[in-house]
Amino acid sequence: MYVAAKGGEKAIRNAHALLAKRRRGNENLPSIGLDQIAAQLTLAVDRVMAEGSLYDVELAALAVKQARGDLIEAIFLIRAFRTTLPRFGSAQPLDTARMLVRRRVSATYKDLPGGQLLGPTFDYTHRLLDTSLDSSEIRSTESSSGVAEGAASSVARSVAEIMPRVTDLLGEEGLIEASPADDGGEPFDITRAPVSFPVDRATRLQTLARGDEGYLLALGYSTQRGYARSHPFVGEIRFGDVEVMFEAPELGFEVNLGTVQVTECQMVNQFKGSTEVPPQFTRGYGLVFGQCERKAMSMALVERALRWQELGEEPGAPAQDEEFVLSHCDNVQATGFVEHLKLPHYVDFQAELDLVRRMRSEHETEMKEAAE
Amino acid sequence: MSAMPAITYNFAYLDEQTKRMIRRAILKAIAVPGYQVPFAAREMPMPYGWGTGGVQVTAAVLGRDDVLKVIDQGADDTTNAVAIRGFFEKTARVATTTSTREATVIQTRHRVPETPLREDQILVYQVPIPEPLRFLEPRETETRQLHALAEYGLMHVKLYEDIARHGHIATTYAYPVEVAGRYVMDPSPIPKFDNPKMDDCPALQLFGAGREKRIYAIPPHTKVRSLDFEDHPFRVQRFAKPCALCAATGVYLDEVILDDKGGRMFVCSDTDYCNTRQEEGHRGEMSGASPSRQPFPPRGEGAEGGALHLSPPGRDRSEAAGEGASGGEVRP
Ligand SMILES: [Zn+2]
Repeated sequence: MYVAAKGGEKAIRNAHALLAKRRRGNENLPSIGLDQIAAQLTLAVDRVMAEGSLYDVELAALAVKQARGDLIEAIFLIRAFRTTLPRFGSAQPLDTARMLVRRRVSATYKDLPGGQLLGPTFDYTHRLLDTSLDSSEIRSTESSSGVAEGAASSVARSVAEIMPRVTDLLGEEGLIEASPADDGGEPFDITRAPVSFPVDRATRLQTLARGDEGYLLALGYSTQRGYARSHPFVGEIRFGDVEVMFEAPELGFEVNLGTVQVTECQMVNQFKGSTEVPPQFTRGYGLVFGQCERKAMSMALVERALRWQELGEEPGAPAQDEEFVLSHCDNVQATGFVEHLKLPHYVDFQAELDLVRRMRSEHETEMKEAAE
Repeated sequence: MSAMPAITYNFAYLDEQTKRMIRRAILKAIAVPGYQVPFAAREMPMPYGWGTGGVQVTAAVLGRDDVLKVIDQGADDTTNAVAIRGFFEKTARVATTTSTREATVIQTRHRVPETPLREDQILVYQVPIPEPLRFLEPRETETRQLHALAEYGLMHVKLYEDIARHGHIATTYAYPVEVAGRYVMDPSPIPKFDNPKMDDCPALQLFGAGREKRIYAIPPHTKVRSLDFEDHPFRVQRFAKPCALCAATGVYLDEVILDDKGGRMFVCSDTDYCNTRQEEGHRGEMSGASPSRQPFPPRGEGAEGGALHLSPPGRDRSEAAGEGASGGEVRP
């Protein structure tokens, strides 16, 4: 007798048990602690917080562990958790001029108020595999810890100061377009309301901020290769800690909710000017949770490209196409829909199979008739 | 690090505010049949494209006394149906069933049950791409306008080109329908065989697209017409043979490959319908055969209990419905 196996439920259970086992790996080795992930895989944790749109180092570390290091899966875990959280209000706009700066570089000025601060960066490292990392590092070597402490104190020095942004300096001369003032309105929340095109700049930035790093990197790259060229300069990249202030209506004053680490990129781009506006520089803006410079820079390039209409530029490049760029930048959406092709489609395939067979038999008949 | 606080979830996962927002979208969708209502779809703990829209609609309409059935490809035991049913068992603790008759809410992917639905039932469809015009016009800004103006010429041109090229319309699933004489609607990727079941259906039909953030509806007893031409009326697939297990005719069949020599059989895609008929004593041509070897034993790590493969008896080609199994198409 024909029996369609009812394996679904048991198979799922077994597959998940196997997954748990594979995630744990060799049980003779100690399990990785979340504190180790948070402390040593910082940039992975940062990316998960940025694209997961949730600033929580501990949960992000847990997600990285649970996802076996698959960062998109980890981002997905964070998003699915985030969606269950109540929303109690909007914070005050972050004041990045008051950032506790851990890194700050400008490509437009050799020296500037506040100075350049290299900070923790892969830049200028030689990408040579360091086999010394293979042995378990108990402590960093004497000399490098001395250097690190020196660096830390130089950071401490900049705490109290307000470090003006390069774009503020350019703005004083009117050389760059003004940053639009805060209108005090409640910002649109793409996680709480459906987006309808065309969207305003804030919604665009919000969408890009949680967009996939790789996708934005490729689109940003394309603008450098002639597809919506915008002659960008890195006015400034800064990374550090900023305070999140919240004004509770029932209190009537601002309270400090804590600090978050963010990377901000101000891209300075050429603009020829128009009949109303004299030639001046324009802005492309990127802001990302954690230290994610690649993402912040890519975001700034794409953001600038998307402003073509407002600046009277020629459209036509992929990075300028708002609906295309924004509809496809979310990796949780993208991975879900691409991977859903794994699900059974045999009902539809059956319908297509039937059609192809019918068309083939019609084709055969026609060929025979033609031959006769 | 300190111990993490326990995480708890609301009934049917979504918070009440979100459910209210979804219900408002559903009410609007019912008021304007076939119109795609944007809604603030939430991120769900299953991937986009795997039923997040249907799950949100189900979560919003589900009450504690409901009896839930979940099918994928017509079957209750396909892995994704099992996973979604398990999700609601866990988060809403509602009763579940595989019986179409017992269910009050049925979430489906790609099929409409064969058993006629009743007025006290809700059918929730999972929708991947809600926009019927999407593959003719990729831009939402454009398609919204086309719907507003009821400008469906593009769709008719596409169907007409099919006829010019193939002699018939080459759309076999997700076949577009006109709802209540106004909006052209994507019925989700159900085979067009199921389209006639949507017309004048006593049950409320709700459609949820999570990734695309759209909800639409067909209220009970609404006119649903599959697009066609006077000289090329809408037709549905007809199968030449009855179900090999329950001998049902006029139902949608799955083709099951039996061996590597071209042997195949056709069985009901709707497993509840097929099982019920077999329990009632209906017998198909292959239901009495003796058990046989498993041609495709499960293999690989974790394969134990993982027999997702079908285990039919060996059959040679002559007895199975092969090419030409299609009985062509008939008017519904
Ligand atoms: Zn059957």
